[in-house]
Amino acid sequence: MSKKLVIDPVTRIEGHGKVTIHLDDNNQVVDAKLHVVEFRGFERFIQGHPYWEAPMLLQRICGICFVSHHLCGAKALDDMVGVGYSTGTSLLPTSEKMRRLGHYGQQLQSHVTAYFYLIVPEMLFGMDAAPEQRNVLGLVEANPALVKRVVALRKWGQEVIKAVLGKRMHGISSIPGGVNQNLSIEARDRLLNGEEGLISIDAVIEFAQDGLNLFYDFHEKNRKQVDTFAEVPALNMCLVGDDDNVDYYHGKMRIVDKNKEIIDELDYHDYLDHFSEATEEWSYMKFPFLKALGREAGSVRVGPLARVNVTKSYSDSTPLAKAALERFHDYTNGKANDMTLHTNWARAIEILHSAEQIKDLLNDPVLQKEQLVLTFDQSTWTGEGVGVVEAPRGTLLHHYRANEEGNITFANLVVATTHNNTVMNRSVRSVAEDYLGGKSEITEGMMNAIEVSIRAYDPCLSCATHAAGQMPLVVSVLDSKGNLVNEFVR
Amino acid sequence: MSVKITIDGQQINARTGDNIIDVAAKNGVYIPSLCYVKGKPCLGTCRICSVKVDGRVMAACTIPVSEGMEIEVNDDAEIVDMRKALVELLFSEGNHNCPSCEKSGRCELQATGYEVGMMVSRFPYRFTPHVVDHASKTIFLQRDRCIFCQRCVDMVRDERTGKKIFSIKGRGTNSRIEIDAELANEMTPQQVRQASDLCPVGCIIDKTQGYDDPIGKRKFEVKSIKERALDKEHR
Repeated sequence: MSKKLVIDPVTRIEGHGKVTIHLDDNNQVVDAKLHVVEFRGFERFIQGHPYWEAPMLLQRICGICFVSHHLCGAKALDDMVGVGYSTGTSLLPTSEKMRRLGHYGQQLQSHVTAYFYLIVPEMLFGMDAAPEQRNVLGLVEANPALVKRVVALRKWGQEVIKAVLGKRMHGISSIPGGVNQNLSIEARDRLLNGEEGLISIDAVIEFAQDGLNLFYDFHEKNRKQVDTFAEVPALNMCLVGDDDNVDYYHGKMRIVDKNKEIIDELDYHDYLDHFSEATEEWSYMKFPFLKALGREAGSVRVGPLARVNVTKSYSDSTPLAKAALERFHDYTNGKANDMTLHTNWARAIEILHSAEQIKDLLNDPVLQKEQLVLTFDQSTWTGEGVGVVEAPRGTLLHHYRANEEGNITFANLVVATTHNNTVMNRSVRSVAEDYLGGKSEITEGMMNAIEVSIRAYDPCLSCATHAAGQMPLVVSVLDSKGNLVNEFVR
Repeated sequence: MSVKITIDGQQINARTGDNIIDVAAKNGVYIPSLCYVKGKPCLGTCRICSVKVDGRVMAACTIPVSEGMEIEVNDDAEIVDMRKALVELLFSEGNHNCPSCEKSGRCELQATGYEVGMMVSRFPYRFTPHVVDHASKTIFLQRDRCIFCQRCVDMVRDERTGKKIFSIKGRGTNSRIEIDAELANEMTPQQVRQASDLCPVGCIIDKTQGYDDPIGKRKFEVKSIKERALDKEHR
């Protein structure tokens, strides 16, 4: 008899998700979908607020990547008041580097959270391990020394954020045209040298390298599974600088194919000319795609895997990450990597990259300069702005318009997880076919494999649908008549 | 001429004519207020300074001390809770979004909420819709946050004509703060900043300068509203 499987909720992700898998009479997968079942409405309720509240209010969309939302909004406001990239203006060096410092600090703590707390349990215990073991508490029991290091790493990242934004979460530093403080010598030395209860930057880099080694070890032991699990085609997109390398704060949006040929490259202010969004009645998350290629061919992957696919290299100032990236590129002989579980490899590289970038910045005396804000007045007001940054989960865009009185009249947020919607659905389908298709009995481990494919993207469904509350996934199996045959709800 | 009074049982000699808030502050007793500004005529609008005078509830900013007065500020649990309830009512009636408000950290209502130990309002939030007025070139008027203290109405004037720039229109639940945009556009940057600082909430916001104080260095983070009220430098 044909079946419908349901996983509801999907666990260890940010936001509410649900998966349904339709099987025919021979237990072959007919359809598989990731549904996002939450709705928020940030784009609407920011309307009517003073323009400068946007980066302060909209960062509350997320408790993890709030710095990215804050910076995206700040870049849009720079445009709006007439001193942004749209007007050919660059921020003062101290301001831009302070923004970058907060951004890299957040990338480090966000990636550490996703990689160690959400993903490593399967790497250490396997997808078939008992659910009560494959979680962060199982990790504490099995390897307390590792977890202590992870806690120290996360704390350090949070302290970087606090040094820049004033608080570990939802702080404020970026204001139109710049930032409201520089980095004090005391804060710099504390992050560089550590103190009681806080590790030093050198320890951060060492722990980050160890985290990457954890993936190498896992990969060595499980090469076939890691390389074949949810290998799905997609274009790759990220921001790149003039050196053709990823730039997490600012650059052109570049999209490359499997051969790393540039398919499209754009100034993000023109995103509406290049991108459109499709909607489906079964999900609150939209499906962005490149207009020129259509919905299926024009969907892009963003995030760690896409970034390491697009970037040519890293700077010489981050030698460990640069070497790790070369090893990553060599593995696919210079072709773009479509292996979904390699996203975790890319994430571990980016943890190391963030740590080295932060060290480089902390040693830059420009962070102690006093010139922080560009001047602007009513004559420079443009009333519109677009900001894009590379958030931990991928390319994040905020677009605002305001009237002459300064009221926000329009807001559009295109969030990284939204870009990944089509690719995540492809991954779910691929794993459903490989792990569930043709099987007479569906085990909990098989259902968990579906979740592993989603977790690799570290999706933030709360951001992507612009949800209140917790963040759980449902996997359901339906028969050919649409009847529910099996459902896993956590 | 001096008079003898007691505050929470403590015998105090006070100058005749001084109001209870000032006398209490001079003697180290903090009484919160959101409308009273030392040296300016008392408004008596917010009632946050309610204390018991000889057993009756009165607004401390409106009452001059007199011989033999027995004043209860913190010794009486009922009056302490009443002041807290009054603060909670202000939060329930307006739409106060502290996390994104430009005034956060230097907002007297927020600081007073912390000082009276408010965690959440016991009263249901009304979520009353208010129309913002951003027509002035110099000021964002955020009616969501107005507590009708009337400081701006009485103390902010056009420097040339002496006319009021702010006023309250309507009655009861239909009351709303108004701004004369033409006069507001004539305000000097310094006057705009003074008006913004005078506003105890985030209703009057200077359009030209926002979020400039980093978190941790904002007014009431550096020194609490109670410390400021009791500190001679800030009184």
